[in-house]
Amino acid sequence: MEAAMGLIRRIHPRHSETALSALLNLLPRHSSDLLSQVDQPLQILHDCDSGKEFILCEYNRDADSYRSPWSNKYHPFLEDGNLPSPELRKLEIEANEVFTIYCDQVVNLSCLDGSKSGQGRRGYLQEGSWDAIHVIEVGPEEDGTSRYCLTSTVMLSLMTDAESSGTFSLSGSIRRQMNMDLSVADGHLCNMGRMIEEMESKLRNSLNQVYFGKTREMVCTLRPPAELVQLKLPDRDS
Amino acid sequence: MSEEDQLEEEEEAEEEELSDEQKKEIAKWFLTHAPAGEIQYVAKDVRSLLFDEIVYGMAAEEAFPLYNKAHMVSLPMPNSSGDVLITTFGELSENEYLDPRTAQVATVDHVKQVCTNVRPATDEELPSSYIEDFRCPLDAEIIKYVGEAYPKGVCAVYCSKGKDVEGPGSDFELAVVISAARHSPQNFCNGSWRSIWKIKFNDEMRTMELTGSMQVGAHYFEEGNVQLDANHECKDSTAFQAPDDCAISIASIISHHENEYLASLEGSYSNLPDTTFKDLRRKLPVTRTLFPWHNTLQLSLNRDITKELGTGK
Repeated sequence: MEAAMGLIRRIHPRHSETALSALLNLLPRHSSDLLSQVDQPLQILHDCDSGKEFILCEYNRDADSYRSPWSNKYHPFLEDGNLPSPELRKLEIEANEVFTIYCDQVVNLSCLDGSKSGQGRRGYLQEGSWDAIHVIEVGPEEDGTSRYCLTSTVMLSLMTDAESSGTFSLSGSIRRQMNMDLSVADGHLCNMGRMIEEMESKLRNSLNQVYFGKTREMVCTLRPPAELVQLKLPDRDS
Repeated sequence: MSEEDQLEEEEEAEEEELSDEQKKEIAKWFLTHAPAGEIQYVAKDVRSLLFDEIVYGMAAEEAFPLYNKAHMVSLPMPNSSGDVLITTFGELSENEYLDPRTAQVATVDHVKQVCTNVRPATDEELPSSYIEDFRCPLDAEIIKYVGEAYPKGVCAVYCSKGKDVEGPGSDFELAVVISAARHSPQNFCNGSWRSIWKIKFNDEMRTMELTGSMQVGAHYFEEGNVQLDANHECKDSTAFQAPDDCAISIASIISHHENEYLASLEGSYSNLPDTTFKDLRRKLPVTRTLFPWHNTLQLSLNRDITKELGTGK
């Protein structure tokens, strides 16, 4: 498993689907570990009952079907698909409503979320995609507080293509964890929402500053910026 | 047992256990897709996953030469006569590569990524003296340029077409190859810059046509996996002159285009936070304040009302 995760850390995020299926073939006995530890770009499916689209991920999968958070039905139809308890389902419906509004405000274009313990959402743009998966585990309530454990992954891909500058693509995935003990007075949803918002903002900043900064630094190390070079070299005759 | 049953049974068996050939192909895929400077790390992981030295050996045997050539790996030659670049232009056989600068042929061990031996190149392996008159001054100019522009650049100039042309009257082609790599695994960062410039010398038209392709990659992998991948191709042309003048104008054209490309890369990076990235995900919600999680019921009511009135977007 360690070696498999080592490979996932090195292979270009663009090839992560191929890499995962190769590993699944090679290590069939570790398939559930692989599927839960290797995050994949999210796929979406149309839920005909509700007329809305929903995200396919490990958290709403049962066998080869995925449960729509809108209609609570499996697509393709599954006779005895695993369903959340009525109480959880109530929280799920509420969470989906709230996160849809959150997404509308934060992410451009389409956005969806689902699953009983996590919310995934997706924004699309011609040049790229932002896929975030947040899995929150909520511990039992004790003296009015609960322990929240949030594991978040952001998969990002940006690409620009222009005749003058060729193709420029930056992609990456990062994963972070956050634990908090919070009062449940405001409700689970409110606590989860705040944690997710804070986490997303942190991840967004890391990607922007640290990660993009590091690859940019690398380019400058390989070939220091033009101004320095032009001082030494005569301009091209024209 | 009917033929169909037999087939089905075979298919089932295949599903359970991959054939050696399939395992080899998977190993090869991982090896050839390793980022710059990371094939040895990938190899270590692949080897421990395969658990089969023979299959691993076959995969490595096939994958390393492809990787070394694609990444234009540079290997120090044993007699301290500099580095030899592993490129298709210098490839004489599976493990023999020409170093045109020193007129030597290096024998390499692809999997260990070392040069084990060098010998002087034979006359048949080298370009004619007419071609060398163009190639040598260009090599000198490119060394100068690469020395100034790339702190760790390695370069070579090959004759890629018409190496036996003896004198004026025929076309030929030179290839300038620049490879710069930085590996700092302790900082979780690796990267490489590769350029290939082909210069077509058109004898009749008295022109030189240049086509360049540049490829830049960087990988940062501390608590994540972020990769930059940039490619650019360009063209230019100039007059076919005396060898020394050709060398100077080619080097200045290459330098000009590569500087421009670097500037456009810088431009793409500075545009990132404000345009591309922001289009994807805002820093703050459109309302420019944190999301009112405590008051979501109100929000959802508002939304329903706007929807019903048809005043929303």
